Amino acid sequence: MVRRRCYDLATMAENKISVDQVRHVARLARLELSSAEEQSLQADLSAILSYVDKLNQLDTTAVEPTTQVGEAGTPMREDEVTNRPAPEEMLANAPAREGHLFRVPKIIE
Amino acid sequence: MELCRLTIGEARDLLARREISAVELTRACLDRIAELERRLNAFITVCAREAIAQAEVADKRLDQGGAPALCGIPLAIKDIYDTRGVRTTCASKILEKFVPPHDATSIAKLRAAGAVFVGKANMDEFAMGSSTENSAFGPTCNPYDLQRVAGGSSGGSAAAVAADECLAALGTDTGGSIREPASFCGVVGIKPTYSRVSRYGVIAYASSLDQVGPFAKTVRDGAIVLRELAGVDPLDSTCSARPVPDYERALTGDIKGMRIGVPREYFVEGMQPEVERAVRAALRQYETMGARTVEISLPHTDYAIAAYYLIATAEASANLARYDGIRYGLRVPADNNIELYNRTRDRGFGAEVKRRIMLGTFALSAGYYDAYYLKAQKVRTLIRRDFEGAFETCDIIATPTAPTTAFKIGEKTSDPLQMYLSDIFTISVNLAGLPGLSMPCGYDANGLPIGLQIVGAPFGEEAILRAADAYERSGAIARRPPAI
Repeated sequence: MVRRRCYDLATMAENKISVDQVRHVARLARLELSSAEEQSLQADLSAILSYVDKLNQLDTTAVEPTTQVGEAGTPMREDEVTNRPAPEEMLANAPAREGHLFRVPKIIE
Repeated sequence: MELCRLTIGEARDLLARREISAVELTRACLDRIAELERRLNAFITVCAREAIAQAEVADKRLDQGGAPALCGIPLAIKDIYDTRGVRTTCASKILEKFVPPHDATSIAKLRAAGAVFVGKANMDEFAMGSSTENSAFGPTCNPYDLQRVAGGSSGGSAAAVAADECLAALGTDTGGSIREPASFCGVVGIKPTYSRVSRYGVIAYASSLDQVGPFAKTVRDGAIVLRELAGVDPLDSTCSARPVPDYERALTGDIKGMRIGVPREYFVEGMQPEVERAVRAALRQYETMGARTVEISLPHTDYAIAAYYLIATAEASANLARYDGIRYGLRVPADNNIELYNRTRDRGFGAEVKRRIMLGTFALSAGYYDAYYLKAQKVRTLIRRDFEGAFETCDIIATPTAPTTAFKIGEKTSDPLQMYLSDIFTISVNLAGLPGLSMPCGYDANGLPIGLQIVGAPFGEEAILRAADAYERSGAIARRPPAI
């Protein structure tokens, strides 16, 4: 049953999301996709979005969303510095640096 | 005797009596790694030199007496935990050269407990996958059959424990990433209650679901490691301040009168028949041991995967926004910042990570938030309530861990949805924030392990460990270590 449902979806999944939408979402997600990637993501996302449509079988108008499980709430603490400054350690992984700064391309013309 | 085959329970006695040394034990594991790694690929980084140095320190502490609980015990660590001074890749090209300046809280606790770290275990990139085929460092093979997957995302940890490359290991579980590989590799894997263990320094995938836990050869070993991990952490504000029980002491063997809920929705058509047979046999064994099985219903089970893939990917899209090529990790140079971000992320992330970032970004984007993300959060409430209702009539819940035994490498890589369905029995447990474990309950006709999942009420770790240990000790199945 599990398998069959999925194969059915793959055939009915066309056009759930357009290539233009894929490009728009990729811009939001800061991903430069090749056109081959755009095509395969359109197919994959369409299949997945068709599958998740099953959630609409459930009436959730009176249901509160769950954003968090567990019991933590929002614990408070004193606003104190607890870490020692270690600029060399922090910069050790920098892809490019200059002195004690991270080097990036020019942002303002 | 091959020392690497010892359990923690056996090794700690031999170490305490100084019949073996921590260095000998660590060498045995490192030798085993050297022998098997070309076939298994369970590790991204092996830390031979560091491990021997840690073992030498452990031997000194053992000589002095009063050594801590895991003194001299060799462990594998999923490569998602920050380890000070040791490369931590999350199986991604984007973190290929990242060396953390600090330890995750779990690592710091295990260090304090005297543990030895033999290496960083392979995994699906950013813990996104069910087979460890999404690793930038190649898949991990199943020790029972090298043509098959080890499960995922913590496949390297599971395989390393199964193949005796270490005595126990750490994994993480967001939708089944400890329990499914434990099932496929025939070991014990424990996902504690959400908030039971700190996630500080564990690279985040989906923060409302991620949880840390151990892999071990026996339930007792799992309980020993879990006790060291659990507990409050000022560095993780989601972490519970509840006192930590002595989980090993909960293993009394007494399960008389325990009510085991069996959800009717978890025995679906399309499941491998041998899996259902083995799980049913385990349930009968529980009855002969004095427990009672009661049929329960978790009516929203069929919606769990859909809800999960919206919630998890939405959270992932936010968590992975930090990989921008500026302060650490891969950078693909460009003339301006936006192009630098776009190219770095395109080259640095693998296909499944991009797929999930795209799905999550879409589910959170203007015009779709209510229809997808909010809807999924509401369904999450229904799934949580299913479990709350069920635990009114039972103490623990028993199910198969996965619908099949380990599948072939490459079998599901072309169809993401098929891959997602491997987690059909584990995902609800994360959505509800409950503790769950997987333990071996049989083998199929190919000799591949079958996993039994046991799920508890919130903070019900003692009950599920007691039940699992009682079954393990009953000898209902003879464990068959892999022939590798």
